[in-house]
Amino acid sequence: MEVDIWQKIYQKNKEIATALSEKLREKEILCVNVLGSPGIGKTSCLIEIIKRLDFKSYVIEGDVEADFDTVKLQKLGINAVQIDTHGACHLDSPLIEIAVEELSPEKGILFIENIGNLICPAEFKIGEHIIVLIVSVTDGSDKPYKYPLAFQKADIIILNKCDLLPYVDFDFDFFSQGVRGNNKTAPIIKVSAKTGEGFEDIIKYLEKLC
Amino acid sequence: MHEYPATVEIIKIAIEKSNGKYVKQINLVVGDLCGYVASSVELYFPIIAENTCCENAVLNIERIKPKLKCEKCGELFERELFSFLCKKCGGDGFPTDIGTEFFVRSIEIAD
Ligand SMILES: Nc1nc2c(ncn2[C@@H]2O[C@H](COP(=O)(O)OP(=O)(O)OP(=O)(O)O)[C@@H](O)[C@H]2O)c(=O)[nH]1
Ligand SMILES: [Mg+2]
Ligand SMILES: [Zn+2]
Repeated sequence: MEVDIWQKIYQKNKEIATALSEKLREKEILCVNVLGSPGIGKTSCLIEIIKRLDFKSYVIEGDVEADFDTVKLQKLGINAVQIDTHGACHLDSPLIEIAVEELSPEKGILFIENIGNLICPAEFKIGEHIIVLIVSVTDGSDKPYKYPLAFQKADIIILNKCDLLPYVDFDFDFFSQGVRGNNKTAPIIKVSAKTGEGFEDIIKYLEKLC
Repeated sequence: MHEYPATVEIIKIAIEKSNGKYVKQINLVVGDLCGYVASSVELYFPIIAENTCCENAVLNIERIKPKLKCEKCGELFERELFSFLCKKCGGDGFPTDIGTEFFVRSIEIAD
């Protein structure tokens, strides 16, 4: 006998994520899912952004292991908590629910630094209102062609480490063509977390959404 | 690697809907852009299904190739490497949901 099911594998994750994002909305918290490969500068960019924001900021740091990033943020006086996934390659919404309880954020912006990985986190809703994708000029300009999903889901794309442009062969036209093939609307913003250049446009973008 | 917990979920869904009967077949739909590798799910399946009502089940996977839709002529097409352009008219293609599927379509249970 055949039984029709038509059930998505991660239906439950999605339901929890939707409820969480509604709950945060009610509390006037903008939840930002920050995606990007390992070492492209997610934590560095968050620090530069939070420094410039007029809103109260919170950070949930997802890592497979080790809490360096969280400690670094806390030392700067930023409200941050750590989630260790112990080997799992992405954060899911039940984990975020627990971390949100621990942080108990008030009106402001909640950043979630996802696991450094371009494939699985893009697939998983975790209660965010927007997705910020960070890429770096040292990654090569072909990433939108190789990891289309992350580029499709992004609301805003930050191109970091632009201070290194003179030293690498980064073809910006090829890159932005690839982005446009996946995503017609997300702005691409060039920054350097090292020099602090380019962050004003990100601040404007985020403050408009708050 | 994240196919392991996904396969656990698939078997959970099948058990839940099997009404206590033996499951003969699970019909799974996997888009190539869903972020999960069909062959890894196949690899984990027998290990996780052991000692459950799915242990003798055949895992039947229908794979779906991603398609873009042409902005100009509406054609649905599979993209070439390093290009997003329509094969019919050269217009810009944009992403669709085709190829992002990951769901259990149905199961076949013992009578
Ligand atoms: N030159 C240069 N280096 C940068 C820039 N941003 C970050 N870095 C360096 O890149 C390295 C990684 O930065 P992180 O901010 O830790 O990167 P991340 O993406 O948070 O890394 P993981 O959390 O480990 O995935 C550090 O050595 C930073 O100093 C930049 O704009 N320019
Ligand atoms: Mg980091
Ligand atoms: Zn066309």
